[in-house]
Amino acid sequence: MANYFKMAYRNLGRHRRRTFLSALALALGTALLMFIAAFFQGEMRSSMETTLRLNTGHIQVQDADYDPDKLSVAWEYLLENPEQAAAQIEALDAVQVATPRLLASGIVSAGDESVGVQIMGVVPDSAANDPYRNLVAGNFITADDREGIVIGAPLAKSLGLNAGDSLNLLINTSEGGVDQQQFIVRGIFTTGTTAYDKGIVFLPLSKAQAFSGATNHASLIFVLLKDREQAEDVKAALHGEGIKVETWTEMNELLTLVNDFSDAYLAIINLIILSITATVIVNTLLMSVFERTREIGILSAIGMKGRQVVALFLAEAFLLALAGVAAGSLMGWACSAYFGKVGIYFGDLGMSSDMLLNDRIFTILPLDSALNLIVTAFVITIAASLYPARIASRMEPVEALHKAQ
Amino acid sequence: MEVAKLTGVTRVYKIGEVETRALNGVSLTINDGEFTSLVGPSGSGKTTLLQLIGCLDKPSAGKVFIAGKETSSLNRNQRADLRKGTIGFVFQFFALIPTLTAYENVEMPLLLNGKSSAQRKERVMDLLNAVGMTGRAHHRPDQLSGGQQQRVAVARALAAAPKLILADEPTANLDTENGEQVMELMKRLNKETRTTFVFATHDPRVIRYASRVVTLEDGAIVKDANG
Ligand SMILES: Nc1ncnc2c1ncn2[C@@H]1O[C@H](COP(=O)(O)OP(=O)(O)O)[C@@H](O)[C@H]1O
Ligand SMILES: [Mg+2]
Repeated sequence: MANYFKMAYRNLGRHRRRTFLSALALALGTALLMFIAAFFQGEMRSSMETTLRLNTGHIQVQDADYDPDKLSVAWEYLLENPEQAAAQIEALDAVQVATPRLLASGIVSAGDESVGVQIMGVVPDSAANDPYRNLVAGNFITADDREGIVIGAPLAKSLGLNAGDSLNLLINTSEGGVDQQQFIVRGIFTTGTTAYDKGIVFLPLSKAQAFSGATNHASLIFVLLKDREQAEDVKAALHGEGIKVETWTEMNELLTLVNDFSDAYLAIINLIILSITATVIVNTLLMSVFERTREIGILSAIGMKGRQVVALFLAEAFLLALAGVAAGSLMGWACSAYFGKVGIYFGDLGMSSDMLLNDRIFTILPLDSALNLIVTAFVITIAASLYPARIASRMEPVEALHKAQ
Repeated sequence: MEVAKLTGVTRVYKIGEVETRALNGVSLTINDGEFTSLVGPSGSGKTTLLQLIGCLDKPSAGKVFIAGKETSSLNRNQRADLRKGTIGFVFQFFALIPTLTAYENVEMPLLLNGKSSAQRKERVMDLLNAVGMTGRAHHRPDQLSGGQQQRVAVARALAAAPKLILADEPTANLDTENGEQVMELMKRLNKETRTTFVFATHDPRVIRYASRVVTLEDGAIVKDANG
């Protein structure tokens, strides 16, 4: 055994540059695989978390006739006495927070500029609003504020607004008309997702109800669970006349689908990259086999058997794979760790609100995916090397010796 | 006692459409302790005959017996097994493994025969001593002269204490002095260890060492004389 490795090591040393380049190819392949895996993980987790935190929550309770796309505040689409219902839901063990929200559509204007927005009435001190409490200026609204509003940083920028400035807000009311009022920008928030921040403004729930004419009503109860995997159980516990309960998987079909398939995408990418690196290794070994035809003939003449010849070349592949995969894992891990801290800035990708993404994606490389990749890269390299090794082992000694002369 | 016996051996090489009849119905018996020389012009079939005796190759027709055992039914691995314990080879070109030292080259057949490291060490040192290469044990082939390489190759051929050593023009790439040294060495080992030698050559200076001279022409034995 040790002798195979000794010979393999020396054989690799015969063409240092070639050995180095093939190990490098394997290393780069492995590093790339790790980085792609880390990026995928980061992206999937970011889009899932961002979408759930900002958009859908884990569970929503709505009126049976509510259509989230219409943003209508007509009474027949709304829940009555939402605060009481929210309190009851929040009392459930699995629930972390439940809070009523009223969603309406409107137009913000300041100076000559106007922008269509979603107006969200929230219970200001609910923990569900934590993502909006990351303020670049001013303070968050309080429950009894009658003229305060909180807007996102990109919106503030496009309208040239600062904390303390006033703006005009026009709202579509329950009766089907419009109303408008001056508000003072109390705070400017950023969630890190430009696509979201540029299109939403916050009012205290009671003010939003009064302003839109939907007194004592809400569009939905936004629920976050302690563990999102319990959504179905919680849903089963919530039922009532004229309401519907939707879980995060139901509200995010596209996202769950993408998430479920991400492993398959990743597997395909892995396969492509690994077949390229495996080809490089196979090619290197094939060159060695043909260069060493004569040696194989000699070894065979002095009694080396086919499987021992295979072992000799596999030992070479093993050392090559060890060096390449080890270096590649280090590189891949270092890259993933770096971009896991610093993130990769993409900015506003203009994603639809069905699938939100943070402007900055932080790579995540879980240990098990890393180990998985290392083992896969290693096994595929060795498996591919079986081909040249078998060619070597099947050489007839006479042929090998004759060719050499 | 016969070490090897060939009966009616024919070997035809086919390369594409071209057939070469390298040996044509050769029968030959090699006896224990012989120092036999195969002579004949280039292309007469000497190498082919050695390869058949050495079970590196199979005849197209006829039979090859090694130590009384017919070998045509053996597969590649079985033939490798047979070779590693009973037959040693010395080639015309310097056939040491370039990445291994002289010591390691001689050790290789012992490794393949599963000898312990203590046994290997003793045997390798004995052999290097016998061929006068103790001082160069840890040199790689490219640090040795042709004559030195060929002496190491002889030591390697002897390592597993085979009954039969086949040497294909072992002096062809050596100058006179080195050639004689190698022949002296083989002759001495033949006497001391009773190892049987068959060597192919067309060098008349080499032929005079032989106790038997078998002459080949166009793939057939035309003369078999005790010298
Ligand atoms: N492996 C081979 N493939 C095809 N032809 C071969 C092979 N080995 C030898 N020959 C041919 O067989 C004939 C005998 O060759 P060889 O046994 O090498 O003769 P010698 O060793 O006496 O020079 C030659 O014509 C040679 O070209
Ligand atoms: Mg020849």
